Amino acid sequence: MPHFPKPAEGSWTEHYGIDTKPVSYQDSISPEHYEQERDAIFRRTWLNLGRVEQLKRVGSYFTKEIAAAGASVVIVRSGPDEYRAFYNMCRHRGNKLVWQDYPGVEVSGVCRAFTCKYHGWQFGLEGDLQFVQQEEEFFDFDKADWPLRSVRLEVWEGWIFVNFDDDAAPLTDYLGTMLRKLEGYPFHEFSQVYKYRAEVGSNWKLFIDAFTEFYHAPILHGRQAVEEESRKLAGYGYEALWYEVDGPHNVVSSWGGMSPPKDESMVKPIERKLRAGLFGPWDSPDVVPELPSGLNPANHRAWGEDSFLFFPNFMILIWERQWILTYHYWPTSHNTHIFEGTAYFVPPKNARERLTQELSMVTFVEYALQDANTLEATQTMLETQAITEFPLCDQEILLRHLHTTARQYVAEYENTKAGAQ
Amino acid sequence: MTAHAAPTLPAGFEDLQPFAEQWVLPDQRARYLARLDASMDDLQSFYDATMARIDDVLAYLEQYPVDELTDEGVNLLWLYCALCNASFPIEVWRQQRVPDSGAADWTALVLPAV
Repeated sequence: MPHFPKPAEGSWTEHYGIDTKPVSYQDSISPEHYEQERDAIFRRTWLNLGRVEQLKRVGSYFTKEIAAAGASVVIVRSGPDEYRAFYNMCRHRGNKLVWQDYPGVEVSGVCRAFTCKYHGWQFGLEGDLQFVQQEEEFFDFDKADWPLRSVRLEVWEGWIFVNFDDDAAPLTDYLGTMLRKLEGYPFHEFSQVYKYRAEVGSNWKLFIDAFTEFYHAPILHGRQAVEEESRKLAGYGYEALWYEVDGPHNVVSSWGGMSPPKDESMVKPIERKLRAGLFGPWDSPDVVPELPSGLNPANHRAWGEDSFLFFPNFMILIWERQWILTYHYWPTSHNTHIFEGTAYFVPPKNARERLTQELSMVTFVEYALQDANTLEATQTMLETQAITEFPLCDQEILLRHLHTTARQYVAEYENTKAGAQ
Repeated sequence: MTAHAAPTLPAGFEDLQPFAEQWVLPDQRARYLARLDASMDDLQSFYDATMARIDDVLAYLEQYPVDELTDEGVNLLWLYCALCNASFPIEVWRQQRVPDSGAADWTALVLPAV
């Protein structure tokens, strides 16, 4: 007996016209398929690289290694309200332009110009070549002909996106209707940042799978609640308030009954004292006067959190208690990826609130460690191919949607390539 | 005890001073590693002592914006950040490590400054 209503078709999966047959995970264990995804997805879609607040002033920059696109990029604030992206590569002999000590390690800082370590070529914040060592030694040479190679960059609501495809549609077209309904949410208020990184031994899609269904939560994370509560939660299981898919993107909307819990004896002693837990601080900072129409799509009074997947590899979780989590999944091979989890809070008013936020972050790390290790166990077993077909339930609709979408991108790209030949 | 002076806690929290040397750590990763290194007995005594004073500590911390804390106040904040970490082995896991976390590990790329 469902606790929350489902669409007239009887299931979310059928409502969105997604097939209900058992699924194959061949797309998560095949090195060949991963190579196709790199071209069809990671070199052609808008990829999020964080927020504009990371670049505090003109000249602030950071680098990002995007193995799946075979690129290193440097993102720079080139003017008061202007951001640019370049391939992180010197125009002279191809040396990596911005790095420290280890070429593969991402860096950030502030500068007036980028100077190559090799021969001292210097590029302005707009990518223009400004200085060439012994310029007169070069042949028919005009500095204006040799700027850094730029990468498309667009900013939406303070979120920075890049795209390696010069022919791709603009970002706002790509985001579609559902995600653009988040416009107006005061993302910039959430400037207290915690960012974590983990190397995960699974295909990138499998970790997204783990975060777009909460069917696992009462079981895998059962011991995080007090014992009696844990049994109760497992008895109820999990049901979402709402699912929606829009093009390649999707959202799951959830209840928020644990923040704060109805009965404080349900949670651990330290949570009672600090008034925070996995669902974040219980007390809201009150910086969101009105929700944009994209949040709480079921318009349910028990609403607690929405998890949006910005296809392919970026998720934003927005909590009713007014804090934000983002996840990035950066593939490094068919069975490895780098996971980045970033939390954004309103800066604490006092040291007590700072401690409250700390408990939320410690709790997040505990859960993420369980999730990450489970993924490696899944990946290694899928690779044995002892079993190749898997049933997914209605609460796992977004897994079907993600894998189907990713396979469609590959199929369409392969078709276009074949057509061009 | 080493020759270094342990970080000092604010007046009124002298009873927590014995825990300062091991647990006043200004980095979340360091607090996590300290928890993995501690014995369950150490964790239990730290948890019992700090939980017994938590209402007073919260009342103290609530008086100050983070950047107006004294050095001693910052030490108290770090001590209780360590409690957040140490509470998991005591309240939930009955062991130092997250169960089934195997080879999974994490690093912090950005943490708020104090």
